[in-house]
Amino acid sequence: MGTRNGCFVVKDCALIQLATGVRAQNVRELRDRLLVVPADCIDYHFWSGPLRPHFDDPEYVNDFASWARHGLHDDKLAERLACIDPAHTDDLEELRQDLLDVLEHRIDEGEYLTWAKPERQFHFIRPQLVVFDTGRRIESPAELATAIGAMSVGSIYFHLVLARKRPPQRIDDFRSWLAERGREFEGVSSALANVDPCFTTLVGLRDELKRLVDEHLPAPV
Amino acid sequence: MNEFLERYVGITGDDVVRQLHQLSAPLRGRRLVHINSTRSGGGVAEILDKLVPFQRALGIDASWEVLTGDDEFFECTKHVHNALQGVPVDVPRSLLSHYEDVTAANADRLRPLLADADFVFVHDPQTAALITHFPARRGRWIWRCHIDLSQPHRSVWRYLLPFVAKHDASVFSLADFAQVLPHPVYLITPSIDPLSEKNRELTTSEVRREIAGFEIDRDRPVMLQVSRFDRFKDPLGVIRAYRLVKEFIPAVQLVLAGGGASDDPEGAAVLDEVRAAAEGDPDLHVLLLPVDAHRSVNALQRAANIVIQKSIKEGFGLTVAEAMWKGKVVIGGNTGGIRLQIASNRTGFLVSTPEGAALRARYLLRHRRRLLGMGRNARQFVRENFLLTRQLREYLTLMISLGRGHTSPIELR
Repeated sequence: MGTRNGCFVVKDCALIQLATGVRAQNVRELRDRLLVVPADCIDYHFWSGPLRPHFDDPEYVNDFASWARHGLHDDKLAERLACIDPAHTDDLEELRQDLLDVLEHRIDEGEYLTWAKPERQFHFIRPQLVVFDTGRRIESPAELATAIGAMSVGSIYFHLVLARKRPPQRIDDFRSWLAERGREFEGVSSALANVDPCFTTLVGLRDELKRLVDEHLPAPV
Repeated sequence: MNEFLERYVGITGDDVVRQLHQLSAPLRGRRLVHINSTRSGGGVAEILDKLVPFQRALGIDASWEVLTGDDEFFECTKHVHNALQGVPVDVPRSLLSHYEDVTAANADRLRPLLADADFVFVHDPQTAALITHFPARRGRWIWRCHIDLSQPHRSVWRYLLPFVAKHDASVFSLADFAQVLPHPVYLITPSIDPLSEKNRELTTSEVRREIAGFEIDRDRPVMLQVSRFDRFKDPLGVIRAYRLVKEFIPAVQLVLAGGGASDDPEGAAVLDEVRAAAEGDPDLHVLLLPVDAHRSVNALQRAANIVIQKSIKEGFGLTVAEAMWKGKVVIGGNTGGIRLQIASNRTGFLVSTPEGAALRARYLLRHRRRLLGMGRNARQFVRENFLLTRQLREYLTLMISLGRGHTSPIELR
């Protein structure tokens, strides 16, 4: 999180996607490709979903699980892949191994190998993220709700979603900042802790955050 | 913020425009040239018509140039265009030689501008060979491919590949469309401009006035497809779907509206086939619109009950986003970029056959409340994902990131 003189530094980010040309059409191919693709592909397929077009709530929280369900129609695999929490580590190689474990386990079960249709192949994508300072500063928690309401979805993504993978705290930047402001903000922090960023759009998240801060921020003395 | 940008604030919100302003800071004053093959007609020209002024409003020294060519040149590029989308057509060597000659003449004409530009975006195969005439170019050249290159006719792709490979990067609309190339391949979906004549809000009386001459009965349901008269748009399939609907809902009307583009000599033949199929049916309106009939298209889309885009092959299908922006439910072919725009059963329907299109049309005409609800979803989805501001953000991000290797994230200071 960026703070300067105790102020919350509002950052923003923009994502561009790069094709790798690497594709998979069944679970074995996914396993084989996963062994060799650049680590940032794994980062992309776990973290960038909110910045891409999707209508309301995604059924699964990462691209691997979503493809297992909608490309391969393999519900068991989809459910297991969806349980991998990318926030538990900042080591993408560890995350790669988590994925491989699930895929290997599924292959070992020896059920019928399903294939995706050619137009439903899994495409490995690399991310390029540009992060920049908006120049905006939040000086006190009283300004937080208004400031959140004025943020771009890129700022919401940066401070709420991406912050979850930043060590050591792995929590959103709003809570990190409020924790530095004293115990009186524990109520609003607790409310924010219950926001699961995975099942809505960034616009929806922005509205939800603003509402929670409005509701739970202690009234000025 | 200048007046141009202010106009978008009312549509997208202040946050979106402010983000563009901040993101473009490192690119202010840089020279950017877009080149394509037509000033009017087709989605590329429509995008550039607004993208370039927007980039200029952000302080980038952007301009738009158009290749000049004769009928033979455009016949060649149409063959190449079709072949790259999978039509098994070989292009005669004589035509390709002419393509190269015309390209060389254009390179001479544009040399002062292109040689010194910081960024050159060349759009589609028509412009791909230009780069060979600029061995000492200063800036970065990006090939922007708007078409589906997933299964190209190999002989034509083999011809074009050496030209494409010389660029510093390529941009495709979807990963499905991309080829493996020896440079970074970016993915950027196209967009619509909410303030263009084709998409701006129209009053009820404006809609009525604009379509008054088309003999459409507004008291009866209207199905509409807006697209070039092109085999990939399957206008005959749409007529078949309409006839299937009419068996159950005799009042239904179909409007097939499209224009020609100056780089599309095949359109006239397809139009003749469509007119022959439509002959004798007073409820089937085939409208050949001028390329600048944007307000008519806008009015037709607003007047329609259901919009069809039953393409069998599609680059992106901007007419889908256009209709969705107007709160219309689109029944779209399950292909290309249409799949990205329509969340089936929530913002529209994806179909694979005329029969499928007919089934969904009957359902929607029966369930009017559902039609309205899905239309509201569609508009919101476009607002968040397919407006010009999103595409522009991605172009800015590309220009900032190009040449920085695979560093991610890039932190701007």
